[in-house]
Amino acid sequence: MSNTIEIRWHGRGGQGAKTASLLLADVAFTQGMYVQGFPEYGPERMGAPITAYNRLSHTPLRIHSNIYTPDIVVVVDETLIGPVDVTAGLKEGGALIVNSRRAPEEVRAEFPGYTGRLYIIDAKSVSLRNIGRNMPNTPLLSTVVKVSGIMEAEAFFENMRGSFAHKFASKPEVLEGNMKAIREAWEEVVTA
Amino acid sequence: MSRRDRLSGNEAVANAIRQINPDVIAAFPITPSTEIPQYVSLFKAEGKIDTEFVTVESEHSAISATAGAEAAGVRAMTATSSAGFALMHEMLYVVASDRLPVVMAVVNRALTGPININNDHSDSMGSRDCGWMQLYSENAQEAYDNMLMAHRIAEDPEVLLPIMICQDGFITSHAVENIVLEDDETAKAFVGEYKPEHFLLNPGKPVAYGPYGVSPYYMELKRTQTEAMNHAAAVIQKVSKAYGDLTGRYYDLIERYRMDDAELACVCIGSSAGTGKAAVDVLREQGIKAGLVKIRAFRPFPGDEIADALKHVEAVAIMDKTDSFSGNGGPLGAEVRSALYQHKCKAETINYVYGLGGRDVRVEDFYQIFRQLEDIADGEEAPAWRYIGVRER
Amino acid sequence: MKENLMKHISEKSPWQDMTPGGIVLGGGNSVDVRTGDWRTVSPKFHADKCRQCLLCFPVCPDSSIPVVDGKRLDFDYDHCKGCGICAAVCPFGAITFGEEEQA
Repeated sequence: MSNTIEIRWHGRGGQGAKTASLLLADVAFTQGMYVQGFPEYGPERMGAPITAYNRLSHTPLRIHSNIYTPDIVVVVDETLIGPVDVTAGLKEGGALIVNSRRAPEEVRAEFPGYTGRLYIIDAKSVSLRNIGRNMPNTPLLSTVVKVSGIMEAEAFFENMRGSFAHKFASKPEVLEGNMKAIREAWEEVVTA
Repeated sequence: MSRRDRLSGNEAVANAIRQINPDVIAAFPITPSTEIPQYVSLFKAEGKIDTEFVTVESEHSAISATAGAEAAGVRAMTATSSAGFALMHEMLYVVASDRLPVVMAVVNRALTGPININNDHSDSMGSRDCGWMQLYSENAQEAYDNMLMAHRIAEDPEVLLPIMICQDGFITSHAVENIVLEDDETAKAFVGEYKPEHFLLNPGKPVAYGPYGVSPYYMELKRTQTEAMNHAAAVIQKVSKAYGDLTGRYYDLIERYRMDDAELACVCIGSSAGTGKAAVDVLREQGIKAGLVKIRAFRPFPGDEIADALKHVEAVAIMDKTDSFSGNGGPLGAEVRSALYQHKCKAETINYVYGLGGRDVRVEDFYQIFRQLEDIADGEEAPAWRYIGVRER
Repeated sequence: MKENLMKHISEKSPWQDMTPGGIVLGGGNSVDVRTGDWRTVSPKFHADKCRQCLLCFPVCPDSSIPVVDGKRLDFDYDHCKGCGICAAVCPFGAITFGEEEQA
């Protein structure tokens, strides 16, 4: 089981954490990996805290439970830090990715007991700049792929170009913006 | 050529339905099965199927329209969950007693109350004695495979019984996983054409369906129904063998996981079986002879196979994702124990009620269960049944 | 009269002889059930008084008034249950009804 990467996403209803987990499953699938992408369901409302999960592995996945000791935690909305114990169970040597425009040390200060790896990406600005809307999913996906190491940069970009071309077949003008967003996110992620 | 893909359980079942291309689907939306008719209606809109899609006003109507279409002489399907399933309850008996080989996708969800949308088996287990066959699926792949086998099992002249293809709500229905899909031609060829011997819209050979069953006939008719269920086990095995030969994915009434030399075993249904297998592997590395029996067919109930799988086991945990509120545990517990008693098996048993209303079932839960089984095997007294995963004072 | 495909099945038949789902083969075979045996009071047809207005035939719940070439014939006593509706609607006294009329 050690070759399985477990990822937990923290977001709010409507922000696309579920979609992000499905996108990541898609990307890993194209690398020939075994994947799971699933949200924790309840009677969610827009804005309520939600959790989504990924398991990515080179061997078949059988466990059908939520993830309690993730390798990677992704915080889609930093206002959840505090109300939600986002680092709960995060493995020693794991990674925490936070979507924030704040300075790395400022974000680090939010996790007094946490000594592990912390990555900051301003996914909102990246998406506003390149896509024209606050769509943090795409840049965050790029960051997760980079941090998890499941793919090399160029292979990932190539892969995303293919899936964007399919997804935005009717509006090709959106394609380049999304491509720029994932490239920028790959470069701009900072380690705190 | 088969194709590797990644789909949710609902997408997988919807794709099987697309390949089956049934003549009629009558369905009413209810979480978490809603996506199935939703995808099917999309396939219809895209011209990928020529199914007659009947939008009905309730699940009672959904199953009634499905039954009517099937009696008329065509393949008819529906899908439901939880309260919608319960609203079908009366008609489920009618479909079975009319011997209509209807296929229904069930996405298991807790039956209220309190109201809850998450998974357990209280909906389909509540209708376990309505005369339908029930196959349960561990993951999206099995839900797809079971669906492609369903019509050949149900329509076999020795069976002619309706069948439910069940999977766990959200846990598999909404989780994207790897899956292998058969190509459309292969799937269609396997499912085959529906050629009923008797049906209503057959002017050359008229029949009447659903007569009143007066007392002098009623019991004889029920006896024919149970005889059909007696035949079902062999037909499920026959169809599963043919499917395995075609796809390389073999299934039986039950799955035995590391049971050959197992001393301790869990019996469970659905998605938890995968979690249990992962636990078994870890325990085996620690030298504990653990094994797992997964129930695929709950109706017909494979009592002989279960007893055979457990004949050398010292202690077994039977896991129910529903409570019977009988003061005696759950339905699987009762039926497995009955089979063990009948076959004079000596295994000690404990019945767990677990995973109600979406309560997560973890690998650690299985470790706890196997620890208790070790104690029971060592002679420790244990209750006949108990809850696991519940907060206790 | 067409063949009765269900005649081999009776209240004495073993379960093995039942049709799947108890379906009734052949259909339209309610004619084989002699509901006339249930009758305790009978109608009687007086052809000399009948004007062939055919008010009686559509009200019969048991299709026991045969009509051929636009003319009603005598009652089908194999199936008439003796409800008396026909006698009540006849304007011409061509149908009498009572125990004394027992056919």
